[in-house]
Amino acid sequence: MATAAAQAGHHAHDDHKPSFFARWFLSTNHKDIGTLYLLFAFCAGIIGAFLSFGIRMEMEEPGLQYFSNPATYNVFVTGHGLIMVFFMVMPALIGGFGNWFVPLMIGAPDMAFPRMNNISFWLTVAGFCSLLCSLFVEGAPGASGAGTGWTVYPPLSTVGHPGPAVDFAIFALHLSGAGSILGAINFITTILNMRAPGMTLHKMPLFAWAELVTAFLLLLSLPVLAGAITMLLTDRNFGTTFFDPAGGGDPILYQHLFWFFGHPEVYIMILPAFGIVSHIIATFSRKPVFGYLAMAYAMVAIGVVGFVVWAHHMYTVGLSLQTQSYFVFATMVIAVPTGVKIFSWIATMWGGSIRFTAAMHWAVGFIFLFTVGGVTGVVLANSAVDKYLHDTYYVVAHFHYVLSLGAVFIIFAGVYYWFPKMTGYVIPEWAGKLHFWLAFIGANVLFFPMHFLGLAGMPRRYADYPDAFAPWHRVATWGGHIFALGMIVFVIGVILAFRSKVRAADNPWGEGATTLEWTLSSPPPFHQFETLPRIVDEPGYH
Amino acid sequence: MRTAQTQHRSSWGFAALGAFLVSSSSALAAGIGQPEPWQMDRQVPVTENARDILSFEVGLHWLSVAISVFVLGLIIYCIYRFSEKANPTPSKTTHNTLIEVAWTIVPVLILVAVAIPSFRLLRTQLSDPKADVLVKVIGHAWYWSYEYPADQGGGFAFDANLDEDKQPRLLGTDNDMVVPVNKIVKIQVTAADVLHSWAMPSFGFKIDAVPGRLNQFWFKADREGTYHGQCSELCGQRHAYMPITVRVVSDEAYAQWLTEAKTKYARIDDGSKFAEAR
Repeated sequence: MATAAAQAGHHAHDDHKPSFFARWFLSTNHKDIGTLYLLFAFCAGIIGAFLSFGIRMEMEEPGLQYFSNPATYNVFVTGHGLIMVFFMVMPALIGGFGNWFVPLMIGAPDMAFPRMNNISFWLTVAGFCSLLCSLFVEGAPGASGAGTGWTVYPPLSTVGHPGPAVDFAIFALHLSGAGSILGAINFITTILNMRAPGMTLHKMPLFAWAELVTAFLLLLSLPVLAGAITMLLTDRNFGTTFFDPAGGGDPILYQHLFWFFGHPEVYIMILPAFGIVSHIIATFSRKPVFGYLAMAYAMVAIGVVGFVVWAHHMYTVGLSLQTQSYFVFATMVIAVPTGVKIFSWIATMWGGSIRFTAAMHWAVGFIFLFTVGGVTGVVLANSAVDKYLHDTYYVVAHFHYVLSLGAVFIIFAGVYYWFPKMTGYVIPEWAGKLHFWLAFIGANVLFFPMHFLGLAGMPRRYADYPDAFAPWHRVATWGGHIFALGMIVFVIGVILAFRSKVRAADNPWGEGATTLEWTLSSPPPFHQFETLPRIVDEPGYH
Repeated sequence: MRTAQTQHRSSWGFAALGAFLVSSSSALAAGIGQPEPWQMDRQVPVTENARDILSFEVGLHWLSVAISVFVLGLIIYCIYRFSEKANPTPSKTTHNTLIEVAWTIVPVLILVAVAIPSFRLLRTQLSDPKADVLVKVIGHAWYWSYEYPADQGGGFAFDANLDEDKQPRLLGTDNDMVVPVNKIVKIQVTAADVLHSWAMPSFGFKIDAVPGRLNQFWFKADREGTYHGQCSELCGQRHAYMPITVRVVSDEAYAQWLTEAKTKYARIDDGSKFAEAR
């Protein structure tokens, strides 16, 4: 897509940045807020990774080695899940890349509500602080922290945790949820109203499409979570019995409400990644995305169907045959648009002239690993089969393939793809590629054996396990070490980029990079598109 | 000469791989009722429904492997055939209606082929056959208790706690649930405090224990033996320490156990207090 707007000479009059405090603490600039989100996600990710390191060290051998109290292990599992979902993946993909690149890609000067954008970010930070507090106050009797799992199921989260830790965790979700809802409103308004002249929805880059669908999912699902955890809060503190059968309530009601949010949530985490993959594949294949409209509407379809499959997380709670059959059917339907996306990415590469940069390594690795995570999803969709696999390590393997090797891989892909644009500096390609291979091997060694553990019957969230499970757990822990090594390479790469100060070109990726952000300088001016770019239709693009 | 040598080596490699596969599959066969080190497949199923589900699942896994290998093959082909060097000029193709329809329709057909047996298995699994033996299972933090109703020849209840002296570690209970072989056993599952889940890999299912709800499941084990499972819904501190042990025995042994159990667990009769479990 070509733009007729001249960007040159823009910096001169609008590059007057505010002072340090005003710039980073009172920010209303979408790029600065995006940077804040990315830094925040990185810090939260380090803490979440530290928790997973604790889990992996404990699981290396049967028996209790590092955790004298298994309740503390449960707290680590819970903290890892909540942090990685709400404070790492979501802030990075939506708050970080979304804030940075949605306005740039649609040719907007900023987000629609810049100050609301700021409060979205700080609510997320406040939520994270509340979650950290929960780790240090009493939860279950005699242990600190909430050990309820990220699902916070009652009655374990009510009668099972008399201490205030669960209240802090609930408050954390309220705060970050409010931040995400405001962010979603901001994205929807921006994308629907602030596209550059000539950029119809059907010409909009796929990343913007992905963020638009994601924002709708957030807007519709998060209030349900907020309602559910508010009911949990009143059950805990004000004597209501929404989820307590002693007062006419039902614990299963909570599960329905939670998963009505929780299932769209997994698409909230992966859809932005889908958008980023499409751009990286197209850029480095020097070809436009194959089947653009199908790609956009596949995301819409995934978003819509994602709302009506929630009870496949609940096949063992005692649902009727008809209910379970419906959810089996609906869940399988999702495989179709997902398949369309996988094949369209491959078709984008097909016939292309592919350059294997670091970002392309991550994107191509993602396609394969996401396929593996996807097919095990189809296995789990079958209720009869799931009765065995539910709450075993097979499920842990499945969702880490789609999230840890899916969403997280694409966060790194996005960093390697957009780092030159965001900072103006270049991460050495060798660092990105070495990081990829360590992460690819490490994550597979880490998560693939979990399929075997699950099939052998190993339940989730166990601090201690029968000795027969030990060998595969040991292998998984080695994989974790390899993955951690990759993270060190990543940090070294970023440090090298800032120290060597190799300047990035405005468009370092060549003619394949066609979206609007590459028409700007690297890094872009503090305010861009004061004169809106005009999108000229290029015949044969779509 | 060099080629012959390589071939020789690779045939040794195949032999070693074959030996590994054989040894690992015999290791699998040994794991009845409990997991085995390096196990890569389900525990051996001992009910008809669990066996049917296992063969369905094996089919699904082969399908998964086929799809993954197909996608991997396409990716690798693209990497070599359409690299910058091999293909300096990219094509401009962005549409092909035929292939787009194909990759929508073919997955739909595959999923329909998956769904049909899946629904059949689910129907059997959730059917409600007439029970020969009924056992009520109650999840507590952190042990299970079992009640054998009086009108079924029981009339007693007992707790099953983890027995730390029994092997395999973490899987043995002090009092086992005992059921007759080749009989339809129906379990009614509930919980006294928080959620638990009664899981029995050898029978191919788990069912949640929910306070205020009575969940029902059935099985018909056709092989005598001792089968182990573990609580499968996070229930707090000692979640990993409330195993499930079911002994499937012959009719005679079951009748004998019933008589013994009536005296052993007789203290239920005072109505307010369950038998001490040890």
